[in-house]
Amino acid sequence: MSADPSIPPAALSGEVSLPEQLADVEPVRSVRTPIRLEYDFIPGSASSGYLNAFADRKILGQRSPVDGAVFVPPRGVDPRHGAATPDYVELPDTGHVGGFCVTRLPIPGRDDLEIPYVSAWIHLDGADIGFLGLVAGIDTSEVRMGMRVRAVWKPDDELGRTAENILYWEPTGEPDIPVTAAGTNAWHAKQAAAGEQG
Amino acid sequence: MAERTAVLGVGQTKYQTTRGDVSLPGLVREAAYRALEDAELDWNDIDAVVVGKAPDFFEGVMQPELFLAEALGAVGKPLLRVHTAGSVGGSTAVVAASLVQAGIHRRVLTLGFEKQSESNATWALSLPQPFSVSINAGAGGYFSPIIRQYMARTNAPELIGCMVAFKDRQHALRNPYAHLQQKDLTFDQVVESPMLWEPIRFSETCPSSDGACALVLGDEAAGDAASKPVAWIHGAALRSEANNFPGRDEVNPQASRDCADDVFAQAGITDRRAEIDEVEIYVPFSWYEPMWLESLGFCEIGDGWKLVEEGATHLDGGDLPVNCSGGVLSSNPIGASGMIRFAEAALQVRGMAGDHQVEGARKAFGHAYGGGAQYYATWIVGSDKPTS
Repeated sequence: MSADPSIPPAALSGEVSLPEQLADVEPVRSVRTPIRLEYDFIPGSASSGYLNAFADRKILGQRSPVDGAVFVPPRGVDPRHGAATPDYVELPDTGHVGGFCVTRLPIPGRDDLEIPYVSAWIHLDGADIGFLGLVAGIDTSEVRMGMRVRAVWKPDDELGRTAENILYWEPTGEPDIPVTAAGTNAWHAKQAAAGEQG
Repeated sequence: MAERTAVLGVGQTKYQTTRGDVSLPGLVREAAYRALEDAELDWNDIDAVVVGKAPDFFEGVMQPELFLAEALGAVGKPLLRVHTAGSVGGSTAVVAASLVQAGIHRRVLTLGFEKQSESNATWALSLPQPFSVSINAGAGGYFSPIIRQYMARTNAPELIGCMVAFKDRQHALRNPYAHLQQKDLTFDQVVESPMLWEPIRFSETCPSSDGACALVLGDEAAGDAASKPVAWIHGAALRSEANNFPGRDEVNPQASRDCADDVFAQAGITDRRAEIDEVEIYVPFSWYEPMWLESLGFCEIGDGWKLVEEGATHLDGGDLPVNCSGGVLSSNPIGASGMIRFAEAALQVRGMAGDHQVEGARKAFGHAYGGGAQYYATWIVGSDKPTS
């Protein structure tokens, strides 16, 4: 590029010029400065209700006042209509795999995960959206969309207000749900079935 | 009626893993300067600056637009920042264009950037939250189940994604700004590269890049006064939707379809495949090329992979060349990536795309998506002034 007087020539060439007395010193080109921040998280009423119940091995969702759709984890609002969702619904710890990823690389902060591992969208029975869960107790090549799963919980004395209460989801051995009715298709399949029943 | 608006200048930096020779201000100034130079304008000609980048924790610098104001010549001028995750480069260009179209400003500098070498995007995308387990491995972990759904719906041949990746890397060899320059890469090497987020292979993902891209936009008088060819904006649209709701079509989201319908209607285009000469779509993972071709209406639903298989999207011999620049698969400075799509579309219709020029391109399509495939930005640019 032609010379821009506002850009020092050294910046364009990548060269660093040093004073005479520093001639033998290796120039510092970058500095890593790790930072740490600790904070308290105040989750609001919907997430508080969810996390408090979760510490007692209960899974709470919230029901949309508009069409009855059930959200888990609940966030206090139906994102389609903007309607508040004050009513909680208790859900079972069984469901199916909506979609999944076989991950073959480590992720920051989870050195404990054995690679490869399966992260999946778990669609609980009675819920209308999925939430993330680890699938284990099965070879990664055997995991399928529509596969029925149940939660494997931590021992009662290790439960807390955290999503880590469920260690992983394991296959129940029941027949799969058809892919056309699994995951995000489940809602449409449910609406169609309700329509047929009039 | 909206003021007719043109792209007067384009500036890009060479995309690479680390731009250790420049700071963030140095990086953005380089792109901005090149865009002004291309537009044959001076900093004083600019009325306002609109910038975009990925969320702040990608670099760990909060509100960088504030300390970049001087580098961007924005002191004493309106400076806006746009936030739409990975689509931000596209959304930023659309917002900048709207300031000219609305008659508020005559000439606007707009710029997107990312210096991925200064942080860790996978970390930034894997932040722990108390109500969700932290097992999602960045963007690949999120999009892999959606790609798997697309493959299940269409029964597309397993190697379609590899074909896209190989094509984009071949295109990149013809773009001196592209990050990945893999002259000796073979198709077999793409196929044999390790699975990272099954079914996504290493070679089917985008690199981490440092870089910035800038555009100078002007009103009709500025476009008429330019001595070089300009790219006239024929349509620009934004849409968004929530990322998790009952019945959401994650493969072909409604916001994507609506955004495409809007922009094609604005441009008066009815036969999308026939009337568009070059397409720059946001493809960070190879399978998103056929997925977006369908969602954007360049073909029937379920047929996107057939365009890839037929070679229709290749610069050499394809009737709908896609990502002649090498695309996001070859360069990914995240906050700039969307704007690069818009800029490359402009370069094509200006006849200034060099070795990756589509001969005689008159209309080109620029696209970006972001978040959980929930934010969309599109524009259509042409060599000729829009008639309406």
